[in-house]
Amino acid sequence: METPAPSATPGTFGRFGGRYVAETLMPAIEELADAWSHARRDPEFTAAIDTILAEWVGRPSPLSPARRLAAALGTDARLWLKREDLNHTGSHKINNCVGQVLLARRMGKQRIIAETGAGQHGVATATVCAYFGLPCVVYMGAVDVERQQLNVLRMRLLGAEVVPVTSGSATLKDAINEALRDWVAHPVDTHYVIGSVMGPDPYPTMVRELQRVIGREARAQVLAAAGKLPDAVVACVGGGSNAMGIFADFLDDPEVALFGVEAAGEGLAGRHAATMSRGREGVYHGMRSLVLQDDDGQLLEAHSISAGLDYPGVGPEHAHLFETGRARYLAVDDDGALGGVELLARTEGIIPALETAHAIAALGEILRLLEERRGPGPLDVVVNISGRGDKDMHTIAARLGSRGAP
Amino acid sequence: MSRPDRIAEAFAQARSQGRAALVVYLTAFDGGREHSLACLCAAADAGADVIELGVPFSDPSADGTAIQAAMVRALAAGATASGVLELLAEFRRTHATPVVLFGYTNPLLRLTQATPSLVERAVAVGLDGVLIVDLPPEHAALLRAPLVAANVHWIGLSAPTTTASRRAAICADATGFVYAITLRGVTGATLGGADEAALAEQLAALRASTDLPIAAGFGVRTPDDARRIARLADGVVVGSALVEAAHRGTAELAEAVAALRAATVR
Repeated sequence: METPAPSATPGTFGRFGGRYVAETLMPAIEELADAWSHARRDPEFTAAIDTILAEWVGRPSPLSPARRLAAALGTDARLWLKREDLNHTGSHKINNCVGQVLLARRMGKQRIIAETGAGQHGVATATVCAYFGLPCVVYMGAVDVERQQLNVLRMRLLGAEVVPVTSGSATLKDAINEALRDWVAHPVDTHYVIGSVMGPDPYPTMVRELQRVIGREARAQVLAAAGKLPDAVVACVGGGSNAMGIFADFLDDPEVALFGVEAAGEGLAGRHAATMSRGREGVYHGMRSLVLQDDDGQLLEAHSISAGLDYPGVGPEHAHLFETGRARYLAVDDDGALGGVELLARTEGIIPALETAHAIAALGEILRLLEERRGPGPLDVVVNISGRGDKDMHTIAARLGSRGAP
Repeated sequence: MSRPDRIAEAFAQARSQGRAALVVYLTAFDGGREHSLACLCAAADAGADVIELGVPFSDPSADGTAIQAAMVRALAAGATASGVLELLAEFRRTHATPVVLFGYTNPLLRLTQATPSLVERAVAVGLDGVLIVDLPPEHAALLRAPLVAANVHWIGLSAPTTTASRRAAICADATGFVYAITLRGVTGATLGGADEAALAEQLAALRASTDLPIAAGFGVRTPDDARRIARLADGVVVGSALVEAAHRGTAELAEAVAALRAATVR
């Protein structure tokens, strides 16, 4: 069922990936990799995940046809929305948290830590920890604590301790640094639930496998509904977990084009989070990948209207898919994303997260690219609706209000 | 080899004087280039046997608050990896104290792709060694070979959690000396009531794996801490406490270094 990592060396994707961490953490990383490689092959463990996903998360999530969206885009293509927004806690993040917390319990860990940007991963982790009665500490940049108050309240209500991080740019990357510092101090009793397909091996592979359920369901659903594989699969990319999750079961189908959409922020000439378009190879947060950095190797502060894409790195497997050309990556700016929110809200009655809205906003360009190589049959495109927009209503209201619409 | 092995000489000299070598960590460019140079000179003059020169990085995920703050100040003062090497060149005009670059992979990786390259610059400015926090033996090939070929030491880094097989790999790669991290955690922790027996056991295991000098650090702040470590290791590393002293001024730094140096006598 699993695609082997596209490289001979475990934990690397071409030359990307690896385990670039402090020596103090290496034994914890090795222990985790070992536990994961056993657990993933243990039918009892995978069945336990599947049960929680079905009984508590609400899986499988539907695949919704988006006819009015297609009409608004002026296409005769059939658009399909993979509804991760309908999961418990409102995004795909919980798929990964359920698996990692179950693994932590299996390893005998007594304490869970996590980082969060927008708060979605923090809420998902806090939720799963509440479900299992495990103590949970969530590191969150002080800037993000300020702009995502509602998610901070949710985490605290769920019993998690939210620690505002004031170092560096006080955003997601600094929250990750602080979580790493905590883990270095508590490598034996603590499991660090990284929220995306990033960080040191085994995280990029493990998180992809825990998110693969998105692609596995979507593949079966689109085959049943359309009678064929889709022509393209589209997802937004910050660290890249919802994208790797839905890409995973299509990677070996060369006829399925894969599109990742990253955040162009205020535009590629200004402040942005477009790691694929503008990043350079580097070593950061335990991995070798593409990174937004200056000529001296210092990280640049990313910017996006969506806190979840506001990260100067990207998962190493995406860097590999980009370099090999298996996936294509486009960038959508803040205004484009706001347009994507409105478009999906008005045509399909779904308010997507600002992150997800980047994928919606890129559909016009993606459909043009697909038309160029189109065969005689109908075009089918699957879009991952990675999360819902409730958390972003303040941001959306402020921005749409300021431009006088709607 | 034509270059003097200043690191080996420093540890040998300390041993002959019946003491552990004092290894002083300072973040380069903290307080600006001039202040940083003055601090390096003050530390050397006050008795530092080896200096670890911290290369500022935007995301120092293995460092505690004192060194994080120093790196923020240093970057604001215009620190770059190439600038750190120029600072060392200036220090070399007046001092022969061995200097090890201490930092994270990314800024040095960038410099390998620059002209002149990291190795060419290192040799030109009289750099004695390199210690990279986030480059375990698995990935050492990214930077190690050309440096070692140019007689720039590759300092090993061993932690309390390091397993026997990892210890062997670390010692096989290491030249110059091996840095034994005494505590779990980031820099700037306190040694306090650290388990002396466990520490002695960790250092004995390391001793059995290498003939290189062993310098121990993390949590060493006071002369009392230094005295405890000096009994167990060939060198004592002091970082955050001296970074804080250097931030207060060169006189405060010199005083702290002298007191620590006195405490290294066994």
